[in-house]
Amino acid sequence: MSRPSSMRTPLGRVRNLGSSHSGTTDFWRQRLTAVAMTLLIVPVIVIVLMLIGRNQAGAAQILGSLPIAIILVLFIIASAWHMKIGMQIIIEDYVHNETLKLASVMANNFFCIAVALASIYAIVKLSSGV
Amino acid sequence: MAEFTLPKNSKITGGKAWPKPAGATETREFRIYRWNPDDGKNPSVDTYHVDINDCGPMVLDGLIWIKNNIDPTLTFRRSCREGVCGSCAMNIDGQNTLACTKSMHDVAAGGAVKVNPLPHQPVVKDLVPDLTNFYAQYASIEPWLQTTTPTPQKEWKQSHEDREKLDGLYECILCACCSTSCPSYWWNSERFLGPAALLQATRWVKDSRDEATGERLDNLEDPFRLYRCHTIMNCAKACPKGLNPSEAIAELKLKMVERQI
Repeated sequence: MSRPSSMRTPLGRVRNLGSSHSGTTDFWRQRLTAVAMTLLIVPVIVIVLMLIGRNQAGAAQILGSLPIAIILVLFIIASAWHMKIGMQIIIEDYVHNETLKLASVMANNFFCIAVALASIYAIVKLSSGV
Repeated sequence: MAEFTLPKNSKITGGKAWPKPAGATETREFRIYRWNPDDGKNPSVDTYHVDINDCGPMVLDGLIWIKNNIDPTLTFRRSCREGVCGSCAMNIDGQNTLACTKSMHDVAAGGAVKVNPLPHQPVVKDLVPDLTNFYAQYASIEPWLQTTTPTPQKEWKQSHEDREKLDGLYECILCACCSTSCPSYWWNSERFLGPAALLQATRWVKDSRDEATGERLDNLEDPFRLYRCHTIMNCAKACPKGLNPSEAIAELKLKMVERQI
């Protein structure tokens, strides 16, 4: 670590822009989605095992059941949300260039939303038998 | 990006091997980080041999023996030499600890006692780190009793049960072993307050006599100041006083959730 070159006082540098009064929501949601995934993972594994080796019509038939479709959609929402928060934490940890950090956080949001929506759309499409 | 390699002028090059003390029957090898801000050279690791029959058992005793008998330019902080002041915190055999309470015989026999300054801090000279940022972070949590109620004539009262809640927090001696062992602190020491300051923040948040709990939590609620802690627990492993900053930080996070949900 190199010494700061600024003439600002050490306390001024530590206080900097002040507290953002945020972070707790993400912290809570990360735990919430983790618990949700723990509960959902067993039924999801069972559903995936049921789907193995079936053709599209067979898969559509299984996904046509409302509880199965809901379990999968909930799992996708929980995992995509968890993935988004986790990746953002990694970016904040290691990327210190402000522009690159903003771009990475933005890209992370876009990616997670796109993955979640595409997966949900696929399940809805299959479960509605289209 | 976070700095994963040492800056060019911090890379360790060479080092001097000092001769064994004449007439010593039993010696212990010390390899000590040396850096002098005045000679413009890169840091080096010097090798010394301490006569263990003429020296106390602790690593600090060895360092003092070297300074007195071999090399008076060796620079390190020390004061109480009994684990109370926190001055002699350094990295010994890969672990941040106090040189005064770490026995040189606890370092694997036959191997050298490797002594480095606390990691990831600017070095003032040899084993002396610049802890300006660390102390400013401690000051930023306002470590004193804050009240609006006029001060009572005699004293602020506290029940035995409430006093017990401060056990495991008040004992911190601010040696910086925990903060400088924390990877989150290495990558973001400008913005993450670090385990030591957060343990002290918990000490004041949990103090039943304090009336600024909400303001204290407001000041800490930040993705960087508090939530850079990922419960790695290096802090608890390093603490020479046996405290658990990681648990204290978890209590802070719990309080943050509690006041929101």
